[in-house]
Amino acid sequence: MATSTSSTVTLNINGEKHTLSVDHRTTLLDALRERLDLTGTKKGCDQGQCGACTVLVDGRRTVSCLQLAVASDAREITTVEGLAEGDRLHPVQQAFLDLDGFQCGYCTPGQICSAVAVIEEHAAGWPSAATGDVRPEAGPPALTPEEIRERMSGNLCRCGAYVQIVQAVARAAAETRTETEEAAA
Amino acid sequence: MTTATTGAAAPTRAVGTAHTRVEGRDKVTGAARYAGEIPFADLAHGWLVLSTVARGRVLSVETGPVLDMPGVLTVLHHGNAPRLHTDYVGMLGVPPDLTAAVFQNDRVPHAGWPVALVVADTSEQAREAAEALVVTYEREPHDVAFSAGHPDAYPADGHMPALTEKGDLEAELAASAHVVDEEYTTPEEHHGMMEPHAATARWDGGRLEVVDSNQGTTWVVDELARMFSLDASAVRVRSEHVGGGFGSKGVRAHQVSAVMAATVLQRPVRVVLTRRQMFSLTGYRSPTTQRIRLGADPDGRLRALDHRSLNQTSTVWEFVEPSAGVARIMYDADAHRTENRVVRLDVPSPTWMRAPGEAPGSFAVEAALDELAEKCGIDPMELRLRNEPDGGPVSGLPFSSRNLAACFREGARRFGWADRDPRPGVRREGRWLLGTGTAAASFPAGAMPSTAAVTAEPDGTFTVRISAADIGTGARTALTLVAADALRVPVERVRTRIGDSDFGPAMIAGGSMGTRSWAWAVTAAAGELRERLVPGGTVPPEGITVRSDTTAALAALAQKERHSFGAQFAEVAVDVTTGEVRVRRMLGIFAAGRIVNPLTARNQLVGGMTWGISMALHEEAVRDRASGGLYGADLAGYHVASHADVPAIEADWVDDPDPDDPVGIKGIGEVGIVGAAAAVANAVWHATGVRHRNLPIRPDRVLEAGGPRV
Repeated sequence: MATSTSSTVTLNINGEKHTLSVDHRTTLLDALRERLDLTGTKKGCDQGQCGACTVLVDGRRTVSCLQLAVASDAREITTVEGLAEGDRLHPVQQAFLDLDGFQCGYCTPGQICSAVAVIEEHAAGWPSAATGDVRPEAGPPALTPEEIRERMSGNLCRCGAYVQIVQAVARAAAETRTETEEAAA
Repeated sequence: MTTATTGAAAPTRAVGTAHTRVEGRDKVTGAARYAGEIPFADLAHGWLVLSTVARGRVLSVETGPVLDMPGVLTVLHHGNAPRLHTDYVGMLGVPPDLTAAVFQNDRVPHAGWPVALVVADTSEQAREAAEALVVTYEREPHDVAFSAGHPDAYPADGHMPALTEKGDLEAELAASAHVVDEEYTTPEEHHGMMEPHAATARWDGGRLEVVDSNQGTTWVVDELARMFSLDASAVRVRSEHVGGGFGSKGVRAHQVSAVMAATVLQRPVRVVLTRRQMFSLTGYRSPTTQRIRLGADPDGRLRALDHRSLNQTSTVWEFVEPSAGVARIMYDADAHRTENRVVRLDVPSPTWMRAPGEAPGSFAVEAALDELAEKCGIDPMELRLRNEPDGGPVSGLPFSSRNLAACFREGARRFGWADRDPRPGVRREGRWLLGTGTAAASFPAGAMPSTAAVTAEPDGTFTVRISAADIGTGARTALTLVAADALRVPVERVRTRIGDSDFGPAMIAGGSMGTRSWAWAVTAAAGELRERLVPGGTVPPEGITVRSDTTAALAALAQKERHSFGAQFAEVAVDVTTGEVRVRRMLGIFAAGRIVNPLTARNQLVGGMTWGISMALHEEAVRDRASGGLYGADLAGYHVASHADVPAIEADWVDDPDPDDPVGIKGIGEVGIVGAAAAVANAVWHATGVRHRNLPIRPDRVLEAGGPRV
């Protein structure tokens, strides 16, 4: 039911539709955490500066603390809870686990969601500030550590696990490429 | 009943073998729940209101209009809040920081001081009401200007004597062939852990339960019980997953105000600090000014060492950042003087932050030694090796082990130090000037009394219970490996439960002493349990539990200088056109006791070194003298190292088991940051020929200082 201070929205999260009435002041982040018990998405700063709340909205990286729930109606939202297929972790999650790409774990869901999108953005040929040659004919840049660091810089990790995170993203990207090539062959 | 099967004949070797975190899967899938994420029925939300003046008193809190707002349940302030007991000395041997003892009087001792808590049905309602709450103040003039010459500075002990002194300093300086006499400064720095402080309090059958994010559940129980005049057994604190601590997560305003509100409303109340509130309520590393005088013979041997450090503290808590303590361990001289002083200002209370004392102190000492090496014409690593002391420079006690030289030799080999041209400002690559630097590191290795329980379960598994905290250190995994080895069973058969005060008293995750203290207790309980289990015997349905307490064993330890050591190496590139400093690579070699889990240990040491880069180049909280608050108290205004700032960093170690520890552990949480900023600063000098004695080494400082040009 809609009132002057609340509206009914349908949030499509990890392939599941949730219809709920939300206070207009409620962010997507708070709707996930406080209303839907999806607490994997973290609140580190609540003002778009740390990246801990990163989710994918229609496939694009979004800091969910800066998006209102009412503005998320009918969008496809993927959170860290939606990445694994049953017991099988997403390659990015598995790489973070194997290579110890975290310490306290609080920035981790945001880092992982960001990394999933980084790999897709790179595969789609998007350049970054670290890309030397951005002409379309130059082709996609190699996903070097410098490219990963630049593309992941919106996600802070105060424990200082960046070295392992970059290794994990590189491994997951390589695995994803291999899978894509095998599927094509 | 089932058969007891510890492997008495075949000891496993889990300790020393890389193992992914036992809770790792929960953390990468989002299943791990942190303090603000545990559901409670009928939960109310509290929102703190902080002072907008830097000194004065509260004249009025206009609660009426706010209480009429939708969902608002109560407004707590000094006029109606429960009274607290604050005249005590807590578990860590210090009185409480009164910043946590909220709403006890009308005084405002600094900007961002808690003056009220608004509680409402939803966090949106609480926030809006908190922002609408009108508080009037009587302002008084404030002083937040920290400076070396502040007239109110005084010597202060903290956790070590304020002053140590031997020999005739002026005579030895006069007789020295080479003298360094410089002042070094470090700025106000903040912990900035990713998870904000959060607590939910409720009364459950006459017992206070608090779900919290902290570095020690029994520590928080002790403080809350004293403040609220409760028996410690009537308080339970849980803290299963903690999103970083670094010294800041003790008793703070959020738990205390949540307990007050839960008591008044008789329903569960959650208080989560905002990122901005953290900058005035949760401690920080004080800025320091440090004067160092070194005098040496022509061959670099120290004759005189004088280190005086000053830090600020609040008017409600005395905290000493003991930067002058570094040389009490690291370097001897015929005349040796070290002194820590503080000055009380109208600022928030500082506190322990990763390597308190050692982090800023090592910057000054290790930068000064680099300057001395330059004056003596001696390699900076060689200068340090020539000044290796035989025993504690101040205590005279023997070192339990001191493998600093081995760290330097291994580090130099791997870093390629032997090929280094000592001349500054001569390496150029396009617009970049290149340089390398080194510095030494040390941090105390200690253990504090802890209790643990290990249970043999009927299904052949084992459960470890200990009030440990895993704030990202990997302690939960390390203790699992330690228990498996002590029980001589595979790691998969051990489950470790932590973060619950009902498991009994234990050391906090602090002082690099957590894992060592807890592992000692776990080893003792597991070892006794293994002896008790008869091979082929049976385990009753309730299991067999053995408890341990390390108090007596620790009291029997001989007095020695016990420390971890390390050698830091850094290569930097300095952009002569923008003044930007980029760290290109870093290597740290540590002698830090037996390494329990190489996977997580390397991560933690690299994390410390990452903090060193951040301290050297980025971190600086700037206080506005007019308002008394910080400029940009958030993660945009306060920059911590991000992905793009951090290059390939390597950390490794030399064999260095502690002979007096049952597992050989020393502790690795803090030594990684020590000396790291100095190594970067020394590399910047090597690149540019300019000494930077004030952190951080910002682009504007590099440009203003000048140096080689094309």
